[in-house]
Amino acid sequence: MSEEKVLTQQPEAAEQKSEYLLEVTDLVKYFPIKSSFFKRTIGNVKAVDGVTFKIRRGETMGLVGESGCGKSTCGRTIMRLYEPTSGTVIFDGHDVSKMSTEEIRHMRPRMQMVFQDPYSSLSPRLPVGEIIGEAVREHNIVPKEEYDDYISRVMEVCGLPSYYKDRYPHEFSGGQRQRICIARSLALAPEFIVCDEPVSALDVSIQAQIINLLKDLQRDFGLTYLFISHDLSVVEHISNTVGVMYLGNMVEYAETEKIFSNPLNPYTKALFSAIPIPDPDAKINRIILKGSIPSPANPPRGCKFHTRCAECMEICKYARPEWTEVEEGHFCACHKYNSPEQNERANAVMENIKSTETAPVKEQEVL
Amino acid sequence: MLKYTLKRLLYSVIILFFVMFIIYILMYNMPSGYIETKARELASRPGATKSYSQWLDDLNAQYGMDKGVVQGYLIWLKSAVRGDWGDSWAWTIPVTQEFHNTVWYSFILGLIAFVFEILIAIPLGIAAAKKQYSLLDYATTVFAMVCISMPTFFLATLLKYVFSVKLGWFDLSGMQGRDYINLSDFGKFLDVAKHFVLPSVTLIIISIGGLMRYTRTNMLEVLNADYIRTARAKGVPEKKVINYHAFRNTMIPLVTTLGGSLPGLFSGALITETQFAIRGIGYASYTSMTQADIPFIMFYLAFISILTLLGNLISDLLYGVVDPRVRLS
Repeated sequence: MSEEKVLTQQPEAAEQKSEYLLEVTDLVKYFPIKSSFFKRTIGNVKAVDGVTFKIRRGETMGLVGESGCGKSTCGRTIMRLYEPTSGTVIFDGHDVSKMSTEEIRHMRPRMQMVFQDPYSSLSPRLPVGEIIGEAVREHNIVPKEEYDDYISRVMEVCGLPSYYKDRYPHEFSGGQRQRICIARSLALAPEFIVCDEPVSALDVSIQAQIINLLKDLQRDFGLTYLFISHDLSVVEHISNTVGVMYLGNMVEYAETEKIFSNPLNPYTKALFSAIPIPDPDAKINRIILKGSIPSPANPPRGCKFHTRCAECMEICKYARPEWTEVEEGHFCACHKYNSPEQNERANAVMENIKSTETAPVKEQEVL
Repeated sequence: MLKYTLKRLLYSVIILFFVMFIIYILMYNMPSGYIETKARELASRPGATKSYSQWLDDLNAQYGMDKGVVQGYLIWLKSAVRGDWGDSWAWTIPVTQEFHNTVWYSFILGLIAFVFEILIAIPLGIAAAKKQYSLLDYATTVFAMVCISMPTFFLATLLKYVFSVKLGWFDLSGMQGRDYINLSDFGKFLDVAKHFVLPSVTLIIISIGGLMRYTRTNMLEVLNADYIRTARAKGVPEKKVINYHAFRNTMIPLVTTLGGSLPGLFSGALITETQFAIRGIGYASYTSMTQADIPFIMFYLAFISILTLLGNLISDLLYGVVDPRVRLS
């Protein structure tokens, strides 16, 4: 029913299956800051400030960045758990960002999410079988008489014995709980799963189990993942492509090998230099970033990273770098890789700001 | 669970023993007690043969108050344990008889208030939490604060002024109208019901504020939990998210507080009953208190203490009923 409804809206887009399952264009999510008494909006936390990427069918894209850079917000906005401020999310030809609440509800089985904290994302009042099965019934994924077998099968695929069905979440360890979360999302037979730091809350031996489970499921069911993490070695292991975020912006995007062997953006370089090497004798040449991440409510002008960048140039303080394809399939936003035309444009922006700033009256406006 | 219950019961008995002892000491030492008043009255009668102090000694011996506080308490305790609570001094009938005559009025009043409290406060609290910081939320918050901070006697007087004096819909106080005897059975029922309206409204208004705030707070806490986001991501309809996922988890603290207040239905509402002259247990105990009626007060306070201890026990046991985590371990 729902599928037909969605299909009739965009018939041409659905007919020709695009190579990409998910296309995110200029996604923006601002959280308004309200004044304490009158509840007027006095500013915005720019959690996601224009992010663009595509994910191929059956592939995994890793999304990395330090805490508070907007990775999770990005994932949740794609899922429409947050309303996007602007931008589009095209999922298999359907514009998710413009669907009504009812349409999005019918879309849910096709795109699922695994949350970061398996301790708080399972309702303590419901037995495991119900947690996994509730949405299966709700969306009529399988006929009624197969329902029970289906749940058992899903649980077994995720490494959970089916007799766990009647137990409650608090009886399980963190790793088992995360398996329940994965089984829960998998039970809806999705094509796309947003994994929002699915292993960050687990200890390392369990992390490996869960990562391998995710990889096996991808192989068996042809799933597509958006894998959000701050653990770079995990991302390197599981992803086909990697996007690096800083303060709400994507700063670099490329295939995993390319970005790990040849990071272009100074931020990516600093980030990757922090990957621990499991060898006590290894000399690591770490790039230490000065200061802490600026507030997303009041980000620096120009390149947002310029306050901490080791290779900061004059132009970085004024003009925002453009999102450019530096080599094939390798995108980066940094003035270091500007083409002559881009340099010209950026210089024009810089000159413009500099000239207005000399006039003291105008300065007020800039602030 | 059984062992736990037994242990709790044993503790309750010990607590009860000392609570009643403290109450007995207070009652025993109350200035211008029942016996003193009575002795003064008898001594000042025309043609009184004995002086005040003689009457005092006589009456003290008659009422068994001449044995000292500890022994007096033990005597009271001994007969109370056997089920003999003595005769009320103020009502001149057995204490249990007076209790039986009054408690059901209090229970009906309490039950009406309890049911309406739940029916009004919980849906309002949920609605307020669902739309936090909306106009509805602010309106209910203000309403709840007014309800909580309104003194019972003031509210009762206000209601009387508006509905009895100005509008003339209800009688000022009492449980029956002046034509009560001439009415048919159904008419009698309606008459009494009508007299119960204002006391019930008073009790409902003063009690819903707290429960509403409590529901709202708990609901907000649950609505911000990760598993609510999970439920939404599963594509569960919003109505089910609220009623099935969120409310179920809100119910844990709610049921325990409400369960704990269940025995309170029998304890009566002293101020409201006095204001509206409803002859419930609260009103009876108030009258007894003013006349220093030791047997009745001892009985009533023992009863209240037992209810309070029972209420705590019930709410702890109910935790196990509503929360699967407690039930299993």
